Amino acid sequence: MANNTYDAIVVGSGISGGWAAKELTEKGLKVLLLERGHHIEHVKDYAESNKPSWEYPHRGGRTQKMIEEYPVLKRDYPLNERNLSFWTVDKDNPYVEKKPFGWFRGYHTGGRSLMWGRQSYRLSDLDFEANAKDGIAVDWPIRYKDIAPWYDYTETFAGISGSKEGLPHLPDGKFIAPMEMNIVEQTVAARIKEHYNNKRTMFIGRTANLTEAVPGRPTPCQYRNICSNGCPFGAYFSTQSSTLPAANATGNLTLRTFSIVTEIMYDRNTKKAKGVKVLDARTNETLEFNSKIVFLCASTFNSTAILMRSATDVWPDGLGSSSGELGHNVMDHHLKLGASGDMEGFDDKYYSGFRPNGIYIPRFRNLPGDEKRNYLRGFGYQGAGSRQNWSRQVAELNIGADLKEALGEPGKWTMGIGGFGEMLPYHENKISISKDTKDKWGIPVLEFDVEFKENELNMRKDMVADAVEMLTIAGVKNVIGQDQGCEPGWGIHEMGTARMGRDPKTSVLNSNNQVWDCQNVFVTDGSFMTSASCVNPSLTYMALTARAADFAVKELKKGNI
Amino acid sequence: MNRRELLKMIAAATGAAMIGGEFLLTGCKANPDSAPVAFTDENIAYLDEIAETIIPQTNTAGAKAAGVGRFMTVMVIDCYTREDQEIFRKGLDILEDECNKMHKVGFMKATPEQRKQLLIAVDKETKDYVKRQADAVNVQGQKEKQGQERNTNDFKKQAMPNHYFQQLKQLAIFGYFTSEKGRTEALRYTPIPGKFEAVIDYKKGDKAFAGLT
Repeated sequence: MANNTYDAIVVGSGISGGWAAKELTEKGLKVLLLERGHHIEHVKDYAESNKPSWEYPHRGGRTQKMIEEYPVLKRDYPLNERNLSFWTVDKDNPYVEKKPFGWFRGYHTGGRSLMWGRQSYRLSDLDFEANAKDGIAVDWPIRYKDIAPWYDYTETFAGISGSKEGLPHLPDGKFIAPMEMNIVEQTVAARIKEHYNNKRTMFIGRTANLTEAVPGRPTPCQYRNICSNGCPFGAYFSTQSSTLPAANATGNLTLRTFSIVTEIMYDRNTKKAKGVKVLDARTNETLEFNSKIVFLCASTFNSTAILMRSATDVWPDGLGSSSGELGHNVMDHHLKLGASGDMEGFDDKYYSGFRPNGIYIPRFRNLPGDEKRNYLRGFGYQGAGSRQNWSRQVAELNIGADLKEALGEPGKWTMGIGGFGEMLPYHENKISISKDTKDKWGIPVLEFDVEFKENELNMRKDMVADAVEMLTIAGVKNVIGQDQGCEPGWGIHEMGTARMGRDPKTSVLNSNNQVWDCQNVFVTDGSFMTSASCVNPSLTYMALTARAADFAVKELKKGNI
Repeated sequence: MNRRELLKMIAAATGAAMIGGEFLLTGCKANPDSAPVAFTDENIAYLDEIAETIIPQTNTAGAKAAGVGRFMTVMVIDCYTREDQEIFRKGLDILEDECNKMHKVGFMKATPEQRKQLLIAVDKETKDYVKRQADAVNVQGQKEKQGQERNTNDFKKQAMPNHYFQQLKQLAIFGYFTSEKGRTEALRYTPIPGKFEAVIDYKKGDKAFAGLT
């Protein structure tokens, strides 16, 4: 049994779990990092990272067989021939959709830190105060000043490239050098700034790609823009490139893969977790591991599912359910809409290299002092200007040498922006444990009952209209606005279901990510989000994970947990 | 930015979406009862010549040298729906008939000039068809949007079947510009740029950059 005892257990090895493992091991704790999927070794196992298009049988596309085997993944971009091995096989990991929900997962070492979009923005008090000001859900138990030093800390280690813009609602960070905008992006940015008198701005995206060396990662980005196949240069932040090597270097880390945590072992006498039960995904053997603290970083929904399966003899709906909020307030960002068009007058300009980043237009709606819209909160845009490639149609050319020559040259400039909108936390948007359906390991699966509501749908109208207006003002021609429709989940920014709060009666976690009902269990993935903001959330998971780990170790030393 | 829909959206909005794009990005439900479509070496030779007519050898390799004929068969077999497979198969016969009508000779025996003349005519007809098809999709999309405030991506459903030459032309272009010869000869292949230069001068005739994928 001694072999199975650690100071801390971290469940999940993605962005949050990697950070928890790094922080806890560096503070001297012996840590067991549990990953439910297979191992992916940094660089060595990135099979597609140097593969040219012609070595893919379908040049990156999707086959009918893939479409059959991936009924969820096929709904959006993740189903493709390039990094398919990084996405969870749908048929082995079913779930029930009372309403449509696209759940795109990555079950392996590193989780979705391998495939993430890398856009990294800070929340601000506009976000942390929003619920309280709007009278929605519950108030965040923290404010920007509580998390700012942890943003500094995590950005410095992860390597976030970006420009300082001095915006109160999108705070600047500890950035490495920004990437540059191309000529059309520069032009659009200048015209937007001028027209809206600095009230709306556009600048280069803030991204976890290295524009310069950071400690331990000497090679900067090579501008290939195929990050999500895994980077052989380790030039973007992932568990493998960043937190896992740091944790391993301490000598305090044990990583165990194929380890599905079925429940947290709760001791009703001490009111603390004793450790976790693990189902070995290959042998179906059940194992127990003990620890002083548990960090749940199994991804939003999976961390909550573990809580729901734990301590059911004390609380029928699981550990952390006493508030009645566990599993509720599911959020995502809503997207797949925006505008695009053509930019004339720059045919003598181009760019070289493939930038793994675009532009960002931060939220400008419903800011303090602005006229109120017919919805709460707001949205930001990501986008890019570029010259078209060979896949464009050349209307005036038919076939033959002229067509070939024309397609071999860059085409006209286009500029497009797509919105990312905030979704409100609704109690009735929830996940629960299915009574009928189990996965191949016999574990009951999750049921999703989640939908966008009027606030999101009203916001979407502005998201298209504002995109069209800004591009038009910027001189873009033939602007077309489009709402392609969106299912919850497609943002791949799942949030909520174990929210933080100030009161154990209305929230699952306290201000330090501790489960109110069991204070040596911490949840530091997207489950903790009390509201969604409209910015990409991963950086906030990093910061709050590091903060919670610091708190946990201090509490351990004081003998409080 | 490589994430998400943006490029897809740009492609759709600027009319650059191809059947290639369509099945790459959305696909349709496979029919499990469908008999597997198969191609002979003769078919592949025929496809090579069609593709070569669309993307001929110039001072850089053409589609035939890039192996586009065989690639087309892989895509049709693995990625096309049963419906599109049938359109494609029938299209090969239709094209042969059209060639006989126009030149009194089959495609394989026709001269490069005769082939080009034929495909220019078929291409024109296809463009008219594709325009009508796009209009029909738009009408259907509008109808569905009116019917439900929350559209759920269904309006991409095809109102009219694809045209066989649309398939042939798109597969030829897609196959060529993702091939080794196409990328390294007809484009400026830069698998590891090493740096990003945001603004450089461009003069007409300079080739476009192409990365690993």
